[in-house]
Amino acid sequence: MSETLHKVGVEVNGKPREGHVPARLSLVDWLRDELRLTGTHVGCEHGVCGACSVMLDGEPVRSCLMYTVQANGHRITTVEGLAQPDGSMSALQDAFCETHGLQCGYCTPGMLIAAQGLLDSNPDPTEEQIRDAIGGNLCRCTGYQQIVEAVRLAAERMKK
Amino acid sequence: MLATHGDSAKLIAGGQSLVPMMAMRLVRPAFLVDINEIDALKFVEIEKDAARTGACTRQRTVERDDGLAARVPLLRRALAWVGHVQTRNRGTVGGSLAHADPSAELPLVARVIEARMQLRSAKGTRTLAAEKFFSGPMMTSTRPDECLEEIHWPVWSWKHTGSAFTEISVRHGDFAMVAAAAQVALDGNGRCTRAAFGLGGAGGTPLAFPKIAARLVGTRLEDEAIENAADGAAKESDPGGDLHASKEYRRHLARVLAARALREARDDAKRQ
Amino acid sequence: MSAFRYIGTKRRTKEDPRFVSGQGRYVADVALPGMKHVALVASPHASARIVSIDTKAALAAPGVLYVLAGDEFCAGTDSLVTGVDAPKLTRFALAKDVVRYAGEWVAAVVADSRALAEDAAELVEVEYEPLPHVIDPEKAMEPGAPLVHPAHGSNVILHKRFVWGPVEEAFANAEHKLAFRATWGRSATVPIETFGVAAQWNPGTEILDVWASIQMPKYPDQVAKALRLPGNGVRVHYDVDVGGSYGVKRGLKHTVLVGYLAKRLGHPVRFIEDRLENMRGGDMQGPDRFFDMQVAFDSDGTIRAWKIRAVDDVGAYAGRAPFQLGKPITAICGPYQIPAVEYDATSVLTNKTPQEAVRGFGQSPTNFAMERCVDRVAGFLKMDRIELRRKNLIRKDQFPYTIPSGSSYDSGDYHAVLDKALAAVDYPALVRARDEARKAGRLAGIGISTCLEPSGGNSAFEVLLNPKNETTTWMDSCLVRVDLAGSVTGVMNTSSAGQGHESLVSTVIGEILERDPAGVRVVRADSLTALPSNSPVGSRMAIMLGGAAAGAAKKIKETLVAIAAHNFECSPEDLEYRDGNVSLKGAPEKRLTWDQLVEIAHRKFHRMPPGMEPGLQAKFVWEVPTGGGLPTPDGRIQMYPCYSFEAHVVYVEIDPDTGKPRLSKYVCGHDCGVMINPDIVHGMTYGGIAHGIGATLYEKFSYTEDGQLAAGTFMDYLLPSAMEVPPLAIVDHCTPSPLTTFGQKGSGEAGYLGAPAAIAGAVNDALSPLSAAIEALPMSHLAIWNAIQPKRAA
Repeated sequence: MSETLHKVGVEVNGKPREGHVPARLSLVDWLRDELRLTGTHVGCEHGVCGACSVMLDGEPVRSCLMYTVQANGHRITTVEGLAQPDGSMSALQDAFCETHGLQCGYCTPGMLIAAQGLLDSNPDPTEEQIRDAIGGNLCRCTGYQQIVEAVRLAAERMKK
Repeated sequence: MLATHGDSAKLIAGGQSLVPMMAMRLVRPAFLVDINEIDALKFVEIEKDAARTGACTRQRTVERDDGLAARVPLLRRALAWVGHVQTRNRGTVGGSLAHADPSAELPLVARVIEARMQLRSAKGTRTLAAEKFFSGPMMTSTRPDECLEEIHWPVWSWKHTGSAFTEISVRHGDFAMVAAAAQVALDGNGRCTRAAFGLGGAGGTPLAFPKIAARLVGTRLEDEAIENAADGAAKESDPGGDLHASKEYRRHLARVLAARALREARDDAKRQ
Repeated sequence: MSAFRYIGTKRRTKEDPRFVSGQGRYVADVALPGMKHVALVASPHASARIVSIDTKAALAAPGVLYVLAGDEFCAGTDSLVTGVDAPKLTRFALAKDVVRYAGEWVAAVVADSRALAEDAAELVEVEYEPLPHVIDPEKAMEPGAPLVHPAHGSNVILHKRFVWGPVEEAFANAEHKLAFRATWGRSATVPIETFGVAAQWNPGTEILDVWASIQMPKYPDQVAKALRLPGNGVRVHYDVDVGGSYGVKRGLKHTVLVGYLAKRLGHPVRFIEDRLENMRGGDMQGPDRFFDMQVAFDSDGTIRAWKIRAVDDVGAYAGRAPFQLGKPITAICGPYQIPAVEYDATSVLTNKTPQEAVRGFGQSPTNFAMERCVDRVAGFLKMDRIELRRKNLIRKDQFPYTIPSGSSYDSGDYHAVLDKALAAVDYPALVRARDEARKAGRLAGIGISTCLEPSGGNSAFEVLLNPKNETTTWMDSCLVRVDLAGSVTGVMNTSSAGQGHESLVSTVIGEILERDPAGVRVVRADSLTALPSNSPVGSRMAIMLGGAAAGAAKKIKETLVAIAAHNFECSPEDLEYRDGNVSLKGAPEKRLTWDQLVEIAHRKFHRMPPGMEPGLQAKFVWEVPTGGGLPTPDGRIQMYPCYSFEAHVVYVEIDPDTGKPRLSKYVCGHDCGVMINPDIVHGMTYGGIAHGIGATLYEKFSYTEDGQLAAGTFMDYLLPSAMEVPPLAIVDHCTPSPLTTFGQKGSGEAGYLGAPAAIAGAVNDALSPLSAAIEALPMSHLAIWNAIQPKRAA
């Protein structure tokens, strides 16, 4: 391979990870193919569907629109990093299971990241705010109904 | 770097507009100059008659800044229409302005309130008014070796200053078919002392209508005066047609939205 | 008080935990050592002769293994088959000699990475000689139109006309007649995951292993045939999670291409469509048809007959599209007592991306056209749309009801479901809200639809539309095994795309065996070890897979009772089965527990009834209920067995100044018989409604005059987000099917089959005070404004 490789150091799901990557390798491709964190998915590669959403320094972004080299020195959280320290599901993940807020599961990781991002900054969102927060995450299975119910349920449970 | 590589180098900030084009291989720079980590480009400073934002300030930072919302209210209003949460978490204020999409929200705000762009090159800095900065669809007057460094957003000092931003897009967060922004100031008797309004998606660049707006000064911004102003603006605009909206439809929306923005800005001013 | 212990209760699904943890296993997650990657070179022309292909530069590019073009590929594989009678129509993954649509794949580059393959794909030089093309289906049918497949002789690949019942008499005698055209725009269900396939050839075992995001019947067979391999030379791994399909993921051409490359190159090869390849060249666009409707009716609202002329633009190759004109015959009079129907169906080729099967297989477009017709009759008679429907709907005492085209509707109570929907939405309040909005100068409308979801899947339309294709088998299967430890495993024989089949099967097995479904594991066989299955199509799995799992579980239960009977030296009738334990009636202390019976079956042959096979496993394979027949000479046949029903009520306001529509209240009354898992059924219904919203207001594969796909990315093909889909409410009703194990009917297409009709009705109701109407989908902002504008100016 003739492409120049750049060294990167990124904290991924709480662990320091290193890579030697071409400049044009997208963050989502590095996470999936190199780190084998295949929970983050690719749906369009042009920044519309949101399936590739991850947390960058705690805020949801589209990892298909970032190059891996740009993540150098930053913190990334993927769906694999949402579980609690003991490995059990987060309140949000559990709520998705309770309301059946998913079917094929393809948009789900991105959806969870967007919803978690909302709850992190707004623990008591209205329905409108929930829909707005996941407005950049397209789903073709659920019609969003049970997803909105899941986020609401998670917010209720997290309040307690 | 820009001076050395010329056209084969491109600046990348948030990448929300540039990277999709690269992914589709429509744009192929040999070099990307990443300015995301330059702290000097990330700041919000509020001064007496202006607010300054660094070009790499994230849109969400600008959106959440209460000081900015109080002094340059159009920014928060406009940002509510920009893409989605993920877009604004990564996209930068400068990036949107430099991308110069004629239907984008931030370029319209810049044009309407006459923001000034400060550009830096190895040779020094210069400042361009928004009117001169936006030169055509997706084109700015930035020279190949220059980088947008910071933006000066004028602050209106009148007590009764009101603003409004509205747009029609197919889905929430989509590119606007037409967008309208307005800012007006009223004196204690409800007479307009200053007005500014503009349209996005209605021409090759974001459009402002200072001459028409000047005619609103002295009026009470009655509905009829506003309709006339909106009519005039629509006639001056030159929208294109595409898959989602024809020229005629855009011109119609231009008139409707310009009037709506002015009315809402007037009502907002009355509430201050 | 439910008749069931597990069926119909709220249960978390088996699938959700792995997906929320990011532990799904989709085809793009399958990494085979030494795997190579594919990128495609696509035609920029809608119609052209391929003059030359120069692959030298591409082959020399970094990391490139091979560049495959049509000449080699088409010589080395067999054409995909089409079910219509058009033997001169060939279809391959790569074009040979000519390209027939913009986006058609011309060459495949194989390289060490996808990025390198794309780099090299740009270096492939193809010289084309553009030829005349045709984009409009009506123009394509005119004499002298450019022929998409000249060898076929015309652009019409299917034309069938059926007359069921005294149609002309009804038209002659009816008091009124109406005619109009309803147009369904080219859209599809577009899953968020594109199609992908990975293949690996093992020369030692001579097996081609295939992993794919697949949802279709007869996949391994057709792959093997095209690759000239024996039927047992292909092993499809059904345990790949499919990221949504809703009909379209029939990537046969992709698989033959990748399989060929894997075998030829001696490396595993994987091809994941990027979104641009998927939209243009993946051949997964959907129905694109217009309906010329004619209806004969009386002043009292009785609909006497209707004539439906459907013309569908299939694109440049046939695929399953022509059959999507045939399936709606199973419900060609909708839920109404219409005694005479004429159906004239034409499939036309044009130089566009081919269609694939889409959710409902043509039923949603047909329902849309029929409901627009009913609304127009109501408008003509100035009769309430609900009253008109009530008058014509089949009554609950009329079931089973045989429709003119030969299908019998199994059960239903359409009036009750409609009533429930109207009550749930508080219809009178909705009407008041609409009227208030109108007084305030806004455009407001209510839409109502009453539609059928035929379910159970039966390919009877294949033989109906092409008598040379005598096929009547439509089966499914399940194997249930209880292991030595007493744990239960169900084996299903196809892939899933979010429908919750593992939950379905475990619930059914648990119900029959009276054991907690949480302890029942469901796995998938691969295609070499699988029992026959026709895959999840036609809303069939609750019925067919559910029925098969129940059948197999019943055999296990009978075996346990037989073992106990042998050990107690009594007859099975003297015994009681409870929770897996078997005891003597009246003497419950005389019992054998589940664990004891399992141990006898596996380890104590000396205590087994004579002739019984050791171990504890049972298979069940069965044909679709009411299936297996051939059409009558006059074109009647029983198609789908079970008929679910939906009644939609939706409220829309349209900004008269901008044309922007906003849906705000949505209720769907739904009857799919017994629901095995209500959350799963509701979920698919909500999703179907969202698909319907997309097809009605937002989505279209638009083409330019040049035959270029103008909506080839997600920036122009607009999928509804959570901001475009309003809160949705479902109200359930249950008329069990007499044909199925538990009374369940299918529901995989629910919502999608009635939503476009209802939303179209709402928009037209909103426009009616302006005397404006729109009968073409999608009703984009621009289309709505174009309908409003001239009326407001006047």
